[in-house]
Amino acid sequence: MRAVSWIAISVFRESVRDRVPYNLVVFAVLLMASSYLLGQLTAGQDVKIIKDLGLAATAVFGLFIAVFIGIGLVSKEVERRSIYSLLAKPISRPQFIAGKYAGLVLTLAVNIAVMTCALYLVLAYMTWIGSPTLKSAWDAPGVDVALLKAIFLIFLELALITAVALFFSTFSTPLLAAALTFGIYVAGHFNADLRNFDRVVTPAPAVWLARGLYHVLPDFAAFDIKTQVVHGLPVPAGYIVSTAAYGMAYIAAVLLAATFIFSRRDFK
Amino acid sequence: MRMNGRGKYLAVMTSGGPLMLAGAAAALALAIAVQITRDSMYALDAQQAGRLLYVRSGEALRRIVLEFDALAADTYWIRAIQHYGSERLTKTPDRHYDLLYPLLDLTTDLDPYFTIAYRFGAIFLSEPYPGGPGRPDQAIALLEKGIAAQPEKWQYFHDVGFVEFWQLRNPRAAADWFLRASRLPNAPPWLQPVAAAMLAQRDRASARFLWQQILQSDQQWMRRTAERSLMQLQAMDEVEQLQEIVRKYPPESGRGFTWEDFVRRKILPSVPADPTGEPYSLDPGSGDVRVSPQSSLHPMPQLFQAQ
Repeated sequence: MRAVSWIAISVFRESVRDRVPYNLVVFAVLLMASSYLLGQLTAGQDVKIIKDLGLAATAVFGLFIAVFIGIGLVSKEVERRSIYSLLAKPISRPQFIAGKYAGLVLTLAVNIAVMTCALYLVLAYMTWIGSPTLKSAWDAPGVDVALLKAIFLIFLELALITAVALFFSTFSTPLLAAALTFGIYVAGHFNADLRNFDRVVTPAPAVWLARGLYHVLPDFAAFDIKTQVVHGLPVPAGYIVSTAAYGMAYIAAVLLAATFIFSRRDFK
Repeated sequence: MRMNGRGKYLAVMTSGGPLMLAGAAAALALAIAVQITRDSMYALDAQQAGRLLYVRSGEALRRIVLEFDALAADTYWIRAIQHYGSERLTKTPDRHYDLLYPLLDLTTDLDPYFTIAYRFGAIFLSEPYPGGPGRPDQAIALLEKGIAAQPEKWQYFHDVGFVEFWQLRNPRAAADWFLRASRLPNAPPWLQPVAAAMLAQRDRASARFLWQQILQSDQQWMRRTAERSLMQLQAMDEVEQLQEIVRKYPPESGRGFTWEDFVRRKILPSVPADPTGEPYSLDPGSGDVRVSPQSSLHPMPQLFQAQ
């Protein structure tokens, strides 16, 4: 456990050294600038749009961090040949994978926490300056705790993307790993179409194949509850719990597969 | 020799660094100068470019934008407002609102719960030309899409009733929509009496009452629309009163109808003006009183013109 946390902290420190937290500045500037500009353009919908923008930016920045750092987690060590000195230490390969994964998830967690605070600060300001009549027309309160439900699922989605990126990083080059991870991310958002493939195609084998892909590919669309939360629509707790359980199970599966491949690699 | 960061910075600054910076600034200044010259000489028709819409299928767009459908809906909503606003305020005589419905349709395809897009969109679409495309049918189609997404929202039923009443001159259909709205959760208690008044009287008082309800709206744009419509109703009343005066006190034979003549004969204290301050037009031959085409109240709604 100590080895895992040691690797995790070193990944986190490296991401700070790589100036990853700079994206937080971009995020804050984006939100503040948009809160000023949107009031002029949106016919009273600025709070709704700031929520949309804040949640989308959290997901996009997180996606780029997860993919572009995730794909280098293992391959970079191999490229720099630092893998030899690392594996010479009393660290097992599963510990190495778990530590690398935990470090990037920690980076994402810190990022998302700061972005969430910035989003709530901007929303608190918008609520403060909003007139009572304007507020009465909002679908949901400006400073809405329910946003945390969407942010929690964004975090889980990013944790899953990180696992996928790490998986590809164990056996392919960074460029190929990035392409494959983005491919899986896009395909994972088309899952609803795969599930309902029988509505457009009749041959049974095609339907079975689509249904099989629906189950095998990560169901990223399920993590997206941004629209519901922004409009104050109910999202059952059971849905969030079951999606979280699905995400964790899938992450475990991908990390185990990554560990399996990495354990079989020969670094001589 | 190895240098630290500060050493490298100093080395760059002393070995032609300032020259490079000055060169970069000069190149940027040149680019800006070229840009300004190009814009003044070869101005592209921005309005023409704004009339392009590459993707028209909401389903396709929803797939393209992955999980960012709400943000894409916001973008299309802003574009719809800009399209409507720029066409409405353009100085050119012909106005093209062709993209308004597709933009609103895409917005609501991407975010089916975007209440304001349905409600404002319906107002934009039903506004008569040149203030809008004059398409109450599209306004109703948009609101019916909203009803399909959120059948419990009384506001959409109310808005369909309003379009039926104000633009399509169909008080019976309007009353039916108001009654349907009144049966929904959280519907205000005044919907039923308004529906009843419409069926019984079909009068201007119902219209005035409805616009006064909208005047309480939190949205500035809706308040402005309500203010304008209330002024139109006031102008209708005044036109009727003036028409009566004109008929009662015709000019001496051989002379045409003019407001100056009425003022000279002390029948009117001054040239009568509509609530915006624009004088009413008076046809010299027939003596017909109308709201001037120069007035911001023009065109007037056709409903209740003659009671």
